[in-house]
Amino acid sequence: MTQSTTGKGRRTFLHELVLGAMALASAGPVALLASRSRAEDSSAKTPNGKEYAFVVDVSKCIGCGYCVEACAIENNIPKESVRTWVERYIATAEGVHVEAIDKPGKMLAPPPAGLMAKARWAAFVPKLCNHCENAPCVQVCPVGATFTAPGGFVLVDPKHCIGCGYCIQACPYGVRFFNKETRVADKCTWCYHRVAKGLEPACVTVCPTQARIFGDRNDLTGPVGKIYQSDNWQTLKPEMHSHSRVLYLGLPREVV
Amino acid sequence: MLPQGALNNYYFPNNLHIDWSLMIVLYPYITGLVAGAFVVSALYHVFKVKEFETFARFALVASFCFGLFAAVPLLFHLGQPFRAFNIFFTPHTTSAMSIFGYVYSSYMVLVMLELWLVYRKYFIEKANSTRGLQQLIWKVLTLGVTQTSPGALRWDHGLISLFAGIGIPWAFMLHGYVGFIFGSVKANAWWATPLQPLIFLMSAIVSGIAMLMLMYSFIRWRSGKPYDLAAMRRLMDYLWGLFILDVAFESLEVVYMFYEHGHHWAVVGPLLTGKLLGTYAIGQMAIFSGVPLLLLGYVVLFDVPDRRFVKIANFAALCIVIQVLLMRFNVVIGGQMISKSDRGYVDFHFEWLAREGIIPAVMILAAPFITYWIVSRFLPIFKDDALSLSSSGRQ
Repeated sequence: MTQSTTGKGRRTFLHELVLGAMALASAGPVALLASRSRAEDSSAKTPNGKEYAFVVDVSKCIGCGYCVEACAIENNIPKESVRTWVERYIATAEGVHVEAIDKPGKMLAPPPAGLMAKARWAAFVPKLCNHCENAPCVQVCPVGATFTAPGGFVLVDPKHCIGCGYCIQACPYGVRFFNKETRVADKCTWCYHRVAKGLEPACVTVCPTQARIFGDRNDLTGPVGKIYQSDNWQTLKPEMHSHSRVLYLGLPREVV
Repeated sequence: MLPQGALNNYYFPNNLHIDWSLMIVLYPYITGLVAGAFVVSALYHVFKVKEFETFARFALVASFCFGLFAAVPLLFHLGQPFRAFNIFFTPHTTSAMSIFGYVYSSYMVLVMLELWLVYRKYFIEKANSTRGLQQLIWKVLTLGVTQTSPGALRWDHGLISLFAGIGIPWAFMLHGYVGFIFGSVKANAWWATPLQPLIFLMSAIVSGIAMLMLMYSFIRWRSGKPYDLAAMRRLMDYLWGLFILDVAFESLEVVYMFYEHGHHWAVVGPLLTGKLLGTYAIGQMAIFSGVPLLLLGYVVLFDVPDRRFVKIANFAALCIVIQVLLMRFNVVIGGQMISKSDRGYVDFHFEWLAREGIIPAVMILAAPFITYWIVSRFLPIFKDDALSLSSSGRQ
């Protein structure tokens, strides 16, 4: 190799390099613009106009925990995680005591002695994914593996998820978890696989008091539609502006 | 102390496990060292800080070595590392994280281009003076470009300045962006502040400068060569000033939350005086911010004898690299200690050999230094290195 002062153009080389870089730089944004958000793409409604909502009537929940068990069996959830759980609130003038049925078959111990005597109120509050209309988890998923499906279901594509966990951090409700068996993000799907067959979510089916109701919020003749229309429901953490599709009836102010 | 009138420590069942662990502590730490080291190189090439000629090439090589390993912790962390390239192929543009792959890789291309221009002439010389396999490797490194006329070298120099100039906003973006990934999570009261990108950026720059100081001093001490004390003193001027800004931003975040006395403080206050008392209040702020601020103030403001200067400045630099590591820990792990229940906190447990354990973390953190050592066997980094550039080109 000889040292040359006129040999192959470093200038030509750089010229080509700059052209290549410009091509790449322009290809990037085009590709990004082309890959629109899957959340934005999908209409919230199904082809037949259904838009689902999940109603939780706090006054009806008796804390039996069947829903937690049915969910774990139906969805084959690893032992250390849950897609739904039931919290027991005991509120006193001094503060709030909270425990949860967070394992299939778990029974809560009786409240600490004296606590019930001081209780202003007590309630069981079921928790599950809120399938938010403005879902933070959908927004932050870097690869679009979490998306909103027609009907309002927020789902995870387990074959596309990279398991980064950003959605778990972004969820204000703590409903997402890292599934140690599948090694991807996991959460309640409102039993999408059952609903697609015309069935109800497993937790709704087993609830003995109809504290959990599921249905089309646009069907004003159905129970969910009527409740939705009444506008007399609450959501968890409304300050997050995520527009939850889980509607609570009789939700105490202290519930987070 | 528990927040929101909680009578018992109640955390949501899925919050028990801290998902973003040591690897996510390490990722912004190494990325910060990349950005910080680059800034020192750019201070010479772009802002003409003459004293930093000593550090210009060294800082660039160091930035490259850190950069090679900045994304490795992420790969260790991912549940599905083989799908990592999905972030390039199907970027979901509403996500703050989705463009990281592009920002990071384009930055690395920029650093490599600048390195190539700096060492281009050396590659040609080596290709001409070696034989066999060695010659082939050096030839490949020249990328087939053989011009070394004075005019060509002038061009090189211009391009180096240009790339360094582009590199500054790029390095700032790379690390400010890491802060944005945390700062934009509204669900986490300890993360969600627009100050977060600034805090990450400032801490990145100071950690990079401090790490360069430590590396430079160690290398010169080991090789028995003289220190460039004028350059070191100037570097400490910058470090002190920038660290004051860094600590000011970090303090401002907490003071603001405290004074605001809103939801953020309701859950963050008990965290900082509880589980993070040791690593945040005492570690990050009192000791590892207070001590280097005072020591650097002393060596910058007073006429400190050389030997004492080297010792004190290096001790302060060591404090700063620890401070920044603690800051990464307190942000990443601390934020996840707050359960989304707002009525409880969870513990973090260190592991040793697990995928996100201490041993893999130490190995990843050591990798850039080992890489630097290997690179320094083959490339002249300081002017008085045995392998030196024969040209008198300003590089």
